[in-house]
Amino acid sequence: MSPRAAWRLESIGFTQVHDYVAGKADWGSAGLPLEGTRGSETRVGAYINRDVPTCRLDERLADVRAQVRAAGLDTCFVVNDEQVVLGRLGRTALAGEDDVSVEQAMSAGPSTVRPSLELERAVERMRGQNLSTLPVTSSEGRLLGLLERDTAEQALRELNRTAARRLSEGSQP
Amino acid sequence: MPTAVDREEVRRLVAAGAQLVEVLPSAEFEEEHLPGAINIPLKELDRETIRQLERGRPVIVYCHDYQ
Repeated sequence: MSPRAAWRLESIGFTQVHDYVAGKADWGSAGLPLEGTRGSETRVGAYINRDVPTCRLDERLADVRAQVRAAGLDTCFVVNDEQVVLGRLGRTALAGEDDVSVEQAMSAGPSTVRPSLELERAVERMRGQNLSTLPVTSSEGRLLGLLERDTAEQALRELNRTAARRLSEGSQP
Repeated sequence: MPTAVDREEVRRLVAAGAQLVEVLPSAEFEEEHLPGAINIPLKELDRETIRQLERGRPVIVYCHDYQ
Protein backbone atom coordinates (compact mmCIF):
# COMPACT_ATOMS: atom_id res chain seq x y z
CA MET A 1 0.00 0.00 0.00
CA SER A 2 2.72 2.50 0.92
CA PRO A 3 4.59 2.13 -2.42
CA ARG A 4 1.44 3.20 -4.25
CA ALA A 5 1.04 6.14 -1.89
CA ALA A 6 4.67 7.13 -2.44
CA TRP A 7 4.30 7.07 -6.21
CA ARG A 8 1.03 8.98 -5.98
CA LEU A 9 2.75 11.72 -4.01
CA GLU A 10 5.45 11.91 -6.65
CA SER A 11 2.81 12.17 -9.37
CA ILE A 12 1.40 15.19 -7.54
CA GLY A 13 4.77 16.86 -7.50
CA PHE A 14 6.51 15.90 -4.27
CA THR A 15 10.21 15.38 -4.85
CA GLN A 16 11.45 14.04 -1.49
CA VAL A 17 9.31 10.98 -0.93
CA HIS A 18 10.45 8.02 1.19
CA ASP A 19 8.71 4.71 1.70
CA TYR A 20 9.09 2.97 5.07
CA VAL A 21 8.07 -0.36 3.60
CA ALA A 22 8.44 -2.38 6.78
CA GLY A 23 5.87 -0.05 8.37
CA LYS A 24 4.50 0.11 11.87
CA ALA A 25 4.80 -3.64 12.39
CA ASP A 26 8.57 -3.21 12.14
CA TRP A 27 8.49 -0.12 14.36
CA GLY A 28 6.57 -1.90 17.09
CA SER A 29 8.66 -5.04 16.85
CA ALA A 30 11.74 -2.99 17.67
CA GLY A 31 10.13 -1.89 20.92
CA LEU A 32 9.64 1.69 19.76
CA PRO A 33 6.59 3.56 21.05
CA LEU A 34 3.34 3.82 19.14
CA GLU A 35 0.52 6.25 19.83
CA GLY A 36 -3.21 5.69 19.61
CA THR A 37 -6.23 4.26 21.37
CA ARG A 38 -4.80 0.76 21.65
CA GLY A 39 -1.95 2.06 23.76
CA SER A 40 1.41 0.53 24.41
CA GLU A 41 0.17 -0.88 27.74
CA THR A 42 -1.54 -3.75 25.90
CA ARG A 43 1.81 -4.89 24.47
CA VAL A 44 4.58 -7.01 25.89
CA GLY A 45 7.05 -4.15 25.46
CA ALA A 46 5.52 -2.21 28.34
CA TYR A 47 6.34 -4.95 30.87
CA ILE A 48 9.85 -6.07 29.99
CA ASN A 49 12.41 -6.53 32.72
CA ARG A 50 15.43 -5.04 30.98
CA ASP A 51 17.87 -5.88 33.74
CA VAL A 52 18.66 -9.37 32.50
CA PRO A 53 22.07 -11.02 32.83
CA THR A 54 23.90 -11.79 29.61
CA CYS A 55 27.08 -13.65 28.84
CA ARG A 56 29.38 -14.56 25.93
CA LEU A 57 30.08 -17.89 24.30
CA ASP A 58 33.63 -18.15 25.65
CA GLU A 59 32.89 -17.41 29.31
CA ARG A 60 33.19 -20.03 32.04
CA LEU A 61 30.06 -21.31 33.70
CA ALA A 62 31.38 -20.55 37.21
CA ASP A 63 31.79 -16.86 36.34
CA VAL A 64 28.37 -16.59 34.74
CA ARG A 65 26.66 -18.36 37.65
CA ALA A 66 27.88 -15.74 40.10
CA GLN A 67 26.56 -12.95 37.90
CA VAL A 68 23.15 -14.60 37.51
CA ARG A 69 22.75 -15.22 41.22
CA ALA A 70 23.58 -11.60 41.94
CA ALA A 71 20.72 -10.58 39.64
CA GLY A 72 18.27 -12.83 41.49
CA LEU A 73 17.36 -14.80 38.35
CA ASP A 74 17.90 -18.37 37.23
CA THR A 75 18.56 -17.77 33.56
CA CYS A 76 21.15 -16.02 31.44
CA PHE A 77 21.13 -15.12 27.75
CA VAL A 78 24.10 -15.76 25.55
CA VAL A 79 24.61 -12.83 23.20
CA ASN A 80 27.20 -11.61 20.71
CA ASP A 81 28.67 -8.11 20.40
CA GLU A 82 25.48 -6.95 18.66
CA GLN A 83 23.35 -8.20 21.58
CA VAL A 84 21.82 -10.81 19.28
CA VAL A 85 20.62 -13.84 21.25
CA LEU A 86 22.59 -16.99 20.45
CA GLY A 87 21.45 -19.18 23.30
CA ARG A 88 20.17 -19.46 26.82
CA LEU A 89 21.47 -20.93 30.05
CA GLY A 90 18.63 -22.23 32.17
CA ARG A 91 18.73 -23.41 35.78
CA THR A 92 20.01 -26.90 34.91
CA ALA A 93 22.69 -25.65 32.55
CA LEU A 94 23.89 -23.11 35.10
CA ALA A 95 24.38 -25.89 37.63
CA GLY A 96 26.97 -27.57 35.39
CA GLU A 97 30.71 -27.97 35.95
CA ASP A 98 32.63 -24.78 36.73
CA ASP A 99 35.07 -25.02 33.83
CA VAL A 100 32.54 -25.80 31.13
CA SER A 101 32.20 -23.01 28.58
CA VAL A 102 28.93 -21.23 28.01
CA GLU A 103 28.92 -22.46 24.42
CA GLN A 104 29.01 -26.07 25.58
CA ALA A 105 26.32 -25.64 28.20
CA MET A 106 23.78 -23.42 26.47
CA SER A 107 20.60 -24.31 24.65
CA ALA A 108 20.84 -22.77 21.19
CA GLY A 109 18.14 -20.72 19.51
CA PRO A 110 15.67 -20.14 22.34
CA SER A 111 12.14 -19.10 21.41
CA THR A 112 11.55 -15.39 21.72
CA VAL A 113 8.68 -12.94 21.26
CA ARG A 114 8.50 -9.39 19.96
CA PRO A 115 7.67 -6.42 22.19
CA SER A 116 4.71 -5.68 19.91
CA LEU A 117 3.00 -8.95 20.82
CA GLU A 118 -0.32 -8.47 22.63
CA LEU A 119 0.16 -9.12 26.33
CA GLU A 120 -2.85 -11.42 26.34
CA ARG A 121 -1.25 -13.65 23.68
CA ALA A 122 1.99 -13.78 25.64
CA VAL A 123 0.20 -14.85 28.82
CA GLU A 124 -1.70 -17.53 26.90
CA ARG A 125 1.58 -18.83 25.56
CA MET A 126 3.26 -18.91 28.95
CA ARG A 127 0.30 -20.71 30.48
CA GLY A 128 0.00 -23.15 27.57
CA GLN A 129 3.68 -24.05 27.63
CA ASN A 130 4.09 -23.69 31.40
CA LEU A 131 6.77 -21.01 31.05
CA SER A 132 7.72 -18.63 33.83
CA THR A 133 9.49 -16.19 31.50
CA LEU A 134 9.63 -15.23 27.84
CA PRO A 135 12.68 -13.57 26.29
CA VAL A 136 11.83 -10.52 24.21
CA THR A 137 13.89 -9.60 21.18
CA SER A 138 13.74 -7.01 18.43
CA SER A 139 13.09 -8.02 14.83
CA GLU A 140 16.88 -8.16 14.38
CA GLY A 141 17.15 -10.70 17.19
CA ARG A 142 18.62 -8.29 19.75
CA LEU A 143 17.76 -8.98 23.37
CA LEU A 144 15.42 -6.35 24.82
CA GLY A 145 14.66 -8.10 28.10
CA LEU A 146 12.53 -10.69 29.79
CA LEU A 147 8.78 -10.89 30.30
CA GLU A 148 8.07 -12.53 33.64
CA ARG A 149 4.82 -14.44 34.00
CA ASP A 150 3.82 -12.98 37.37
CA THR A 151 4.25 -9.46 36.05
CA ALA A 152 2.40 -10.25 32.83
CA GLU A 153 -0.55 -11.93 34.55
CA GLN A 154 -0.93 -9.12 37.04
CA ALA A 155 -0.81 -6.49 34.27
CA LEU A 156 -3.35 -8.41 32.22
CA ARG A 157 -5.76 -8.61 35.17
CA GLU A 158 -5.46 -4.87 35.61
CA LEU A 159 -6.02 -4.22 31.89
CA ASN A 160 -9.12 -6.43 31.91
CA ARG A 161 -10.48 -4.67 35.00
CA THR A 162 -9.95 -1.29 33.34
CA ALA A 163 -11.64 -2.47 30.14
CA ALA A 164 -14.61 -3.86 32.09
CA ARG A 165 -14.95 -0.62 34.03
CA ARG A 166 -14.92 1.45 30.82
CA LEU A 167 -17.51 -0.85 29.28
CA SER A 168 -19.70 -0.53 32.35
CA GLU A 169 -19.42 3.26 32.39
CA GLY A 170 -20.16 3.40 28.69
CA SER A 171 -23.33 1.32 29.07
CA GLN A 172 -24.79 3.58 31.78
CA PRO A 173 -27.95 5.36 30.59
CA MET B 1 11.57 8.05 -7.61
CA PRO B 2 10.52 7.20 -4.02
CA THR B 3 13.29 5.89 -1.81
CA ALA B 4 12.79 2.83 0.39
CA VAL B 5 14.02 3.52 3.91
CA ASP B 6 14.52 1.40 7.00
CA ARG B 7 13.68 2.16 10.62
CA GLU B 8 16.95 3.91 11.41
CA GLU B 9 16.64 6.10 8.35
CA VAL B 10 13.08 6.97 9.36
CA ARG B 11 14.29 8.10 12.77
CA ARG B 12 17.07 10.15 11.21
CA LEU B 13 14.77 11.80 8.67
CA VAL B 14 12.10 12.59 11.26
CA ALA B 15 14.69 14.14 13.54
CA ALA B 16 15.72 16.28 10.57
CA GLY B 17 12.14 17.44 9.98
CA ALA B 18 10.54 14.87 7.68
CA GLN B 19 6.76 14.45 7.69
CA LEU B 20 5.33 11.04 8.55
CA VAL B 21 2.17 9.90 6.79
CA GLU B 22 0.26 6.72 7.58
CA VAL B 23 -1.81 5.69 4.55
CA LEU B 24 -3.94 3.03 6.25
CA PRO B 25 -7.67 3.63 6.87
CA SER B 26 -8.43 6.02 9.72
CA ALA B 27 -9.70 3.32 12.10
CA GLU B 28 -6.32 1.60 12.00
CA PHE B 29 -4.52 4.90 12.40
CA GLU B 30 -6.60 5.83 15.43
CA GLU B 31 -5.79 2.51 17.02
CA GLU B 32 -2.04 2.75 16.58
CA HIS B 33 0.42 4.94 14.69
CA LEU B 34 3.99 6.20 14.77
CA PRO B 35 4.54 9.22 17.02
CA GLY B 36 3.91 12.45 15.16
CA ALA B 37 2.35 10.80 12.11
CA ILE B 38 -0.67 12.21 10.31
CA ASN B 39 -3.22 10.08 8.50
CA ILE B 40 -4.05 10.35 4.82
CA PRO B 41 -5.62 7.03 3.77
CA LEU B 42 -4.47 5.86 0.34
CA LYS B 43 -8.03 6.04 -1.00
CA GLU B 44 -8.20 9.70 0.01
CA LEU B 45 -4.75 10.71 -1.20
CA ASP B 46 -5.30 13.50 -3.73
CA ARG B 47 -4.35 17.11 -4.43
CA GLU B 48 -6.84 18.31 -1.83
CA THR B 49 -5.86 16.10 1.11
CA ILE B 50 -2.12 16.56 0.61
CA ARG B 51 -2.45 20.29 1.22
CA GLN B 52 -1.67 19.59 4.87
CA LEU B 53 1.82 18.53 3.80
CA GLU B 54 4.68 20.92 3.18
CA ARG B 55 6.21 20.33 -0.23
CA GLY B 56 9.63 21.60 0.82
CA ARG B 57 10.09 18.93 3.51
CA PRO B 58 10.69 15.21 2.97
CA VAL B 59 7.67 12.94 3.30
CA ILE B 60 7.78 9.37 4.65
CA VAL B 61 4.79 7.17 3.92
CA TYR B 62 4.11 3.86 5.63
CA CYS B 63 1.39 1.30 6.22
CA HIS B 64 1.36 -1.84 8.37
CA ASP B 65 4.10 -3.85 6.68
CA TYR B 66 5.08 -5.17 3.26
CA GLN B 67 1.52 -5.23 1.91
